Amino acid sequence: MSAIRSYNVSLLQQLESEAIYVLRETAAQFRNPALLFSGGKDSIVMAWLARKAFHPARLPFTLLHVDTGHNFPETLVYRDEFVQTIGANLKVASVQDSIDQGRVVEEKGHRASRNKLQTVTLLDAVSDNKFDACLGGGRRDEEKARAKERFFSHRNDFGQWDPKNQRPELWNLFNGRMHEGEQFRVFPLSNWTEMDVWLYIRQENIPLPNIYFSHQRRVFQRDGSWLDAETGYAQPQPDEPILEKTMRFRTIGDVTCTGAVESPAATLDDIIAEVAAARQTERGTRADDQRSESAMEDRKKEGYF
Amino acid sequence: MDLLRFTTAGSVDDGKSTLIGRLLYDSKSIFEDQLAAVERFSKKRGDEHVDLALLTDGLRAEREQGITIDVAYRYFATPRRKFIIADTPGHIQYTRNMVTGASTANLAIILIDARKGVIEQTCRHAFLANLLRIQHVVIAINKMDLVDYSEAKFEEIKEAFQCFASRLDNLVEMTFIPISALKGDNVVDKSEAMPWYQGPTLLYHLETVYVGTTENHVEARFPVQWVIRPQSDEWHDFRGFSGRVAGGVFKPGDAVTVLPSGFQSKIKEIHTADGPLEEAYSPLSVTLLLEDEIDTSRGDMIVKANNPPQVGQDIEAMICWFGEKPLNPRGRFILRHTSREVQAVIKEVKYKVNINTLHKIEDDLEFRMNDIGRLSIRTSAPVIFDPYSKNRITGSFILIDAGTNETVAAGMIRG
Repeated sequence: MSAIRSYNVSLLQQLESEAIYVLRETAAQFRNPALLFSGGKDSIVMAWLARKAFHPARLPFTLLHVDTGHNFPETLVYRDEFVQTIGANLKVASVQDSIDQGRVVEEKGHRASRNKLQTVTLLDAVSDNKFDACLGGGRRDEEKARAKERFFSHRNDFGQWDPKNQRPELWNLFNGRMHEGEQFRVFPLSNWTEMDVWLYIRQENIPLPNIYFSHQRRVFQRDGSWLDAETGYAQPQPDEPILEKTMRFRTIGDVTCTGAVESPAATLDDIIAEVAAARQTERGTRADDQRSESAMEDRKKEGYF
Repeated sequence: MDLLRFTTAGSVDDGKSTLIGRLLYDSKSIFEDQLAAVERFSKKRGDEHVDLALLTDGLRAEREQGITIDVAYRYFATPRRKFIIADTPGHIQYTRNMVTGASTANLAIILIDARKGVIEQTCRHAFLANLLRIQHVVIAINKMDLVDYSEAKFEEIKEAFQCFASRLDNLVEMTFIPISALKGDNVVDKSEAMPWYQGPTLLYHLETVYVGTTENHVEARFPVQWVIRPQSDEWHDFRGFSGRVAGGVFKPGDAVTVLPSGFQSKIKEIHTADGPLEEAYSPLSVTLLLEDEIDTSRGDMIVKANNPPQVGQDIEAMICWFGEKPLNPRGRFILRHTSREVQAVIKEVKYKVNINTLHKIEDDLEFRMNDIGRLSIRTSAPVIFDPYSKNRITGSFILIDAGTNETVAAGMIRG
């Protein structure tokens, strides 16, 4: 054997291998972790990696969907099929239930969104099921408060994030120790960018909800975002005319605050070319982040993902 | 495409934020909505010009007070490479943050203000890069526009730095680049003002530097993270040891030893969800199947017979203290090393290092936040380790306060 040879590892191999390492650490360090699954591309990639990490055994995590009730129907169909394919257990925590039980009060007016209410539903589900860690698909490149996140993010017994008092994270050593009642959020995709996620989806040929691809959709414009007018969850006002356009979604979340983008991208190759040329961040389509300069930071401090 | 992780070290006002802003901006990694948000905030605060440093300040307190609180990670890509920058703030808690950022970096950029030359902080940055075993260091001599792009000045600073660095043993490659981050000289585009400089621009160097030597491909190390035993008929006899290769190369048929038990076996298969592999090396995550059924669990290490690691309960290490409170030499600690967790006590505090002069401090042995020095540690169970100078993964550990669960120190094992 020749002494000199190179062991090249591609970018996607490195990211995959790191994410699998983090997923296995999560299984090993916590008693009862949940994997937050929304049917969006990041949580799909995370669940795909979890299947790989423990193959041929089943996932040692429950999949938890925090359901605002304002879903694109395509996402729900996809969710159930995907869960079946990878052989996981799914639990649904419903914001509607939280409203019915009086745990939260629905926002009023045509701009009402259930995005903020999810936090209470999530924390209730965590405490009811005694989850001690929640895996999330959040990435550091998404948003500036997320750039400061750890892989293992400590939360106090109210589920809150304290950005000024985070545990230093060195090498690949994650400290998941905690006192009774405290919790962790774990982000295996921390080092992935939007482009990495799409390149990986193409490499692995991972099926996605079809609304990520170009289609005809009736939409209306508000604050520069194109909101959906088909599901009926977002309420167009008289001065917000409904138009039919060739659209796709760059992120998928609650219908009332997820904007579509005009796009002819019908294949993964098209999407990758579009992402490479994009001049707006993907969360630029998210009304929940536009509410204020520190909207994400404030939600995280309350216990959001 | 491959990946380069680097960290930036600089003191206050040496233009670090400007440099990062320029790398992000010139590589078109800043989006219009991000720039618009920064412009809005700059205007609201009454700044004269758009402050690019705001792009890297994520938290409300940081934007309001104009400070950086914590290590932040930035991402950008060129057609040649993807980059992860560990951006560490340049003031209080500096050592702690730089150590954190450097622990995962393959390369460090040390910024020097051309007007000031090599100062105490430069020495500190070089010492930390060396301590954390970052083998590739770029010394970016910034603000060349303010010294008339003088070659003599550049050579003088280069010589002063080399003189100091000759006392550091791990720096394999030093590259000196004269730049102006503000004006853009030699950052992305070659400077017209410095025809005497024949070397690469900063970005070109980052895109092309070969860092493959950082991984240890000689001594085979596989810390077991998790044991896979499917409860299904199809995979009835499957018993796999999952982990991420920490060094060396593993192949089917290789004779291996499981530590600390010392049981021996052979590798039957290298399993992944995409099918078996012919070889596994760092940093791949795989699952090893062995020929024999031997008792193996999380925290064990699978190694090959040549060049075995050390197994023992006494560790000599350099540590950096992170805790808010000083180190209590009689305190109880948890030591986390690879996938193993053991209890630990401090046997002896040997010395601290003055990281500006490299002198040993032996008359003040209290470790306060940011202090670096040498300890002897005794663990409750054997640890399977290598010197940090040979392997960053099997040679590093953290200390956790057993009472508060906080991470209070980072450790590098001495040979």
